[in-house]
Amino acid sequence: TGSSCESWDVKLLQVSTFAVDRGNFKTCDQSAFCKRQRALKPGQSPYRALLETLELSDSRLTLQLINDNNKVHLLLELYRLQGNMTRVKINELKPLRPRFEVPDVLIAEPPTEPLSVLSKDDNGVVLSLGAKNQRLIVSARPFRLDIMQGPEVLLSLNSRGLLAFEHLRLHKDTDKEEDGLWEETFKSHTDTKPNGPTSISLDFSLPGVEHVYGIPEHADDLKLKTTDGGDPYRLYNLDVFQYELYNPMALYGSIPVMLAHNTQRTMGIFWLNAAETWVDISSNTMLDFVQGSSEKPQTDVRWISESGIIDVFIMLGPKPSDVFSQYASLTGTQSFPPLASLGYHQCRWNYNDQEDVKSVDQGFDQHDIPYDFIWLDIEHADGKRYFTWDPHKFPQPKEMLQGLMDKRRKMVAIVDPHIRVDSGYKIHNEITSKDFYVKNKDGRNYEGWCWPGNSGYPDFTKPEMRAWWSSMFAYDQYEGSMENLFTWNDMNEPSVFNGPEVTMHKDALHGKWEHRDIHNIYGLYVQMATAEGQTQRSGGVERPFVLTRAFFAGSQRYGAVWTGDNAAEWDHLKISIPMCLSLGLVGVSFCGADVGGFFKNPSTELLVRWYQTGAYQPFFRAHAHLDTTRREPWLFGPENTALIREVIRQRYALLPYWYQLLYQAHKTGMPVMRPLWVDYPKDTATFTIDDEFLIGSDLLVHPVTEEGSRGVTAYLPGAGEVWYDVHTFQKHNGAQNLYIPVTLSSIPVFQRGGSIIPRKDRVRRSSACMENDPYTLYVALSPKKFAEGELYIDDGHSLNYDTKKEFIHRSLTFANNALTSSNLCPDCNFLTSSWIEKVLILGASKPSKVLLKMDGKETPVDFEFDTSMSVLTLRKPGMNAGADWTLLLQ
Amino acid sequence: MTCLHLLLTLVFAVSLGTPVEIQRPRGVPLTKKPFYEENKPFTCLDGSRTIPFDRVNDDYCDCKDGSDEPGTAACPNGSFHCTNAGYRPMFIPSSRINDGICDCCDTTDEYNSGAKCENTCKELGLKERDVLQKMAEITKEGFLLKQQLIEEAKKGREEKQGKVTDMQENKKQLEEKVEALRTVKETAEQPEKEAKERHLKAWEEQKAAIRLEKDKAKMAEAFLELDDNADGFVSVSELQSHAELDPDADGTLTETEVQGLMGGAAQVDTSTFESVWTNIKDKYHSESQPEEPAPVETPPEEVKEPVVDNDSEPFPEDDISEEEDEDEDDEDDYHEDDDKVLPTVKTPEKSHEDGEAMLPYDPDTQTLIDAAQKARDDFEDSEKALREMDDQIRNIEKELSFDFGPDAEFTYLYSQCYELTTSEYIYRLCPFNRVSQKPKYGGSETNLGTWGSWSGPENNKYLVMKYEHGTGCWQGPNRSTTVKLTCGKETVVTSTSEPSRCEYLMEFTTPAVCQEPANMDLLPHGHEEL
Repeated sequence: TGSSCESWDVKLLQVSTFAVDRGNFKTCDQSAFCKRQRALKPGQSPYRALLETLELSDSRLTLQLINDNNKVHLLLELYRLQGNMTRVKINELKPLRPRFEVPDVLIAEPPTEPLSVLSKDDNGVVLSLGAKNQRLIVSARPFRLDIMQGPEVLLSLNSRGLLAFEHLRLHKDTDKEEDGLWEETFKSHTDTKPNGPTSISLDFSLPGVEHVYGIPEHADDLKLKTTDGGDPYRLYNLDVFQYELYNPMALYGSIPVMLAHNTQRTMGIFWLNAAETWVDISSNTMLDFVQGSSEKPQTDVRWISESGIIDVFIMLGPKPSDVFSQYASLTGTQSFPPLASLGYHQCRWNYNDQEDVKSVDQGFDQHDIPYDFIWLDIEHADGKRYFTWDPHKFPQPKEMLQGLMDKRRKMVAIVDPHIRVDSGYKIHNEITSKDFYVKNKDGRNYEGWCWPGNSGYPDFTKPEMRAWWSSMFAYDQYEGSMENLFTWNDMNEPSVFNGPEVTMHKDALHGKWEHRDIHNIYGLYVQMATAEGQTQRSGGVERPFVLTRAFFAGSQRYGAVWTGDNAAEWDHLKISIPMCLSLGLVGVSFCGADVGGFFKNPSTELLVRWYQTGAYQPFFRAHAHLDTTRREPWLFGPENTALIREVIRQRYALLPYWYQLLYQAHKTGMPVMRPLWVDYPKDTATFTIDDEFLIGSDLLVHPVTEEGSRGVTAYLPGAGEVWYDVHTFQKHNGAQNLYIPVTLSSIPVFQRGGSIIPRKDRVRRSSACMENDPYTLYVALSPKKFAEGELYIDDGHSLNYDTKKEFIHRSLTFANNALTSSNLCPDCNFLTSSWIEKVLILGASKPSKVLLKMDGKETPVDFEFDTSMSVLTLRKPGMNAGADWTLLLQ
Repeated sequence: MTCLHLLLTLVFAVSLGTPVEIQRPRGVPLTKKPFYEENKPFTCLDGSRTIPFDRVNDDYCDCKDGSDEPGTAACPNGSFHCTNAGYRPMFIPSSRINDGICDCCDTTDEYNSGAKCENTCKELGLKERDVLQKMAEITKEGFLLKQQLIEEAKKGREEKQGKVTDMQENKKQLEEKVEALRTVKETAEQPEKEAKERHLKAWEEQKAAIRLEKDKAKMAEAFLELDDNADGFVSVSELQSHAELDPDADGTLTETEVQGLMGGAAQVDTSTFESVWTNIKDKYHSESQPEEPAPVETPPEEVKEPVVDNDSEPFPEDDISEEEDEDEDDEDDYHEDDDKVLPTVKTPEKSHEDGEAMLPYDPDTQTLIDAAQKARDDFEDSEKALREMDDQIRNIEKELSFDFGPDAEFTYLYSQCYELTTSEYIYRLCPFNRVSQKPKYGGSETNLGTWGSWSGPENNKYLVMKYEHGTGCWQGPNRSTTVKLTCGKETVVTSTSEPSRCEYLMEFTTPAVCQEPANMDLLPHGHEEL
């Protein structure tokens, strides 16, 4: 929904033109700790390692550091983690009070590997990191860490001496007020800081690295820019009204993970801290001692957080896929969504009433456009009291849901975390009586303004609060809900219209911790508790589907995210690509942007282009602001309806592929929507591309995002590889820039030679209706006449794939003129009635005969051959999709 | 193929009295059966290729037009025909075959999906016939009403046109009358003017004589006053005692100055005082009378504008955000009273020169004045009548200029208003004028659009009315309303909604859109089966 401010602060909007009001949000200079930290100069580190304090157990090394300026001792902990990772923790040795360490993000305490001391002298210690000649060098004076592989420095910590740890202290009269140590005011909001200064900072040097990525969410290019001379990238979950593009301002979510990539290696830095965080990036050169005295590029990165401890995971790759699995081993993988949620979602703020829902639903059938979910925004609830229904507009929610269920479709209703303070509202009363609200600094319930007016904010950091929240999704608690009703968590930054920077006061209290400490993880907890509630209501049988706007590291485990309140502008269409690519790199694969743009009315051309782009992004939902005119797909004339229908159908035909990719993401952490460099890590031409992307490894998409475009130039990667236009089957060579003339109906998409993609070309009105439909296999041959792919099938909605191994996972291989399906999971059990109706082999030569070998029998298969495009079509081989078989081309 | 065509086919089949299932491939309508000859090669209906007959409905799409798979979901563009005996036959996209959803009431689309469909054709047929029956009745009655409306409109129109013609005629006469009366007026005004001037002149002369008399009396009186020693002469010293006579106003009246006033004489008697009096009378203060007060200025007559009956729309209170538009809204408000003539302000004729009333007109003059006034009144009355007639003609012409439909059947809606009360608002539709919304429980009215145009589909634009340029929406468009017209016996607003913000939709029934009822024989006959 909407964004902040709208209804409560009319004045604000009247002065704002159509862009973010930057004055509402802090710059580094306006954030006292960022200003203090950034004022530090490199090369003057006061920290020294006290080597005599070194203790080494099997898995852990500890060492004290001293700040020679103030004699405060820190405790450094080093861990070698399984899977080629190193964890570095730094805390005060004896803090005045405990400092916050972020719980619930790591899926488990990461398993360690033994560390051993290779050598030690007065200047430092050399530790073995086990794998591949990797060493960790601890330098004592000043303190510094270097991770080496052979003669090469992979990464250094505190190499610029910007480690800065503001220790907890007592308030002294000598503290200067202007430093904002004990109090700071932004606009009309004063942040009382009872704990005083608590910020932390550490720098990292990445020799040989020119390209760094990640740290979403920012409306910016895929490749991160240097921040010299500007503000650092900011990570602080905020409800930004009408956000601006191409700048480092904070947005709705934060994932403090950065990837560094060059042709040799991909690495990652995961800075586990949930407080307000700023990331500085600068680009430098260093002398390369290994390669002689030539210059080598280097990227320096500096992380600054307001509170907590330094807890950083260094993921050493070396391949991109290694980094993804390393990060996945820490924070988990993308949840495996219900198949239907990969279909098309129709949303609007707001579908007015049951009648409206019904007529939109019928509109899809009248115009023969498939869709799976229709969404209800905040107006559906009775006075913005979530878990309720407006008695006039939605008097019979079950009747409405049943109507959708009869069409095998589903609904999402919004449930936001701000709770209307209203003694007649059950949810509010229960939270009050259980004392589950966040408290203000004085210990009373924290209240702020949001959609319902005065609102309380449940303390989602409390496990018992989350358990209670989850229980509210039970069918007997959430009146009017049914199994085809799912949930959308918006405003969970949290958005507080009258709070500082439209969010919660930092001195609000979550138990003993300040909001300052936990801010960036609040949204994750909301989605966690909601997803858990959905699983519970089905007795742990069904998969949840929950969309969130705010997120943190680990949010991928709980559902989908979208890029918030964008606008109907071409640049917003463009930015949806790098924004989702950045999220995919750090674990969140199930990402999408509001198709059409949330604010303002899109031109018809923009709307069509946005459908064509969104259909090839993981989460595919159209959404629109309350003030916009209706834009259901059939409202723009028959020609445009046909264009939109066509691209939504393309989406549905590819659902088996999307589903298989989500399964892969769930199992391995591989992103679904990927930058080209993930699959072509040595091809420097791919490193900055963010106007095209890969879906899995096998589909390359170059959306048309320019108004009035007559052509696009797509880069087809892979020297010696080939790509096939999925619409014409025209073959193109890899490693070239290909100019593609386009019309309004064009969506440049290519299938990689060497891949096999299963499709369901019989598109029906919803994904559920396609369950038993047959598959068509698109076999795109490599120049060596080889191809491989996978086929994943399960019931599409339950957790039985996990709990009972009820799924089919097949490997499909084309080699030596034979296409073979073999079982990747022999102990799985699932039966499907889907079969293989057709096989298209692209780049084939004409065989004299085609035989199907199955169950020890050979039967001939009819085929056709199109010589102009070298496409061989096998007609109705007919085998069950779960069977073992081979098709022989003779 | 149209449904109508199809229905005829059925009727034809039924009339042959062969209600038996005719064997044909699944999903093929009877009309296309000849193209699907069993055991003969099948040619795709687009002629693109020929395939063995066993590939028809074999669940694999061979024809680009989908015609080889009328009974399966294999082709993306195929269509499936359900007979729906008892109800109406229909085509569904072949993607709805065996998708687990019952689309055909005869259940034939779900022959292999496991969906538990029940044959509901009979019920639907009954229900539909019921609905159609009712609709037909409504249409019939509505259509009759419409005929009346057309008749009335025709009559009304003729009447109005006649009236306009009459009025035009009358107007001409009136214009002539006005001209005649203008001449009469002018003719009467000429002698009036002359008589008045004569009277005035006589009065002026009379006044001058009186003034002279008065001056003489004053002079005599002054002489007596000045002649302090009552020797019959006014001397220099006697005059010198009147300081106000000082010619250079320096505060002292010198002897030389007095001599100057007296023309060099040392003393004057009553007869020679006359020339001295001429010199001093303007300044001379009588010793016995107080100074005359300065004449009080009469304030200019204030012309008050007539109070305009302000029925312009106040600003909606329910939406604070509207405030920005207030000023613009104001400008949009048109004041119907703008062209009202201001009441003429009568200038008083009385002269108050010297505070003396003019003598009444002599009877002859008065007679002339009365005659002229009557001529003026008559002229003004006739002019007013002409203006009023013009207004009336304009109004009728305006009404006649509206597009009230091909047969003027919508005429009766003109200058009417229809209301619908919902849980929150009272909606008001005044056809050909405006649509508005007023909160049920207090609050001001919001303009949802003023009459724009007919904007139905090309084949019948009279099914939709468009009202535009209503009150502006904050950060949005001006409010507008689309009114959809359906056939009904009553003229009622049946529903309102706001599909997009500030774009309203209203459903309105009226006999005026009722079409001539279709031949009842064409309605489906449910009891017969094929």
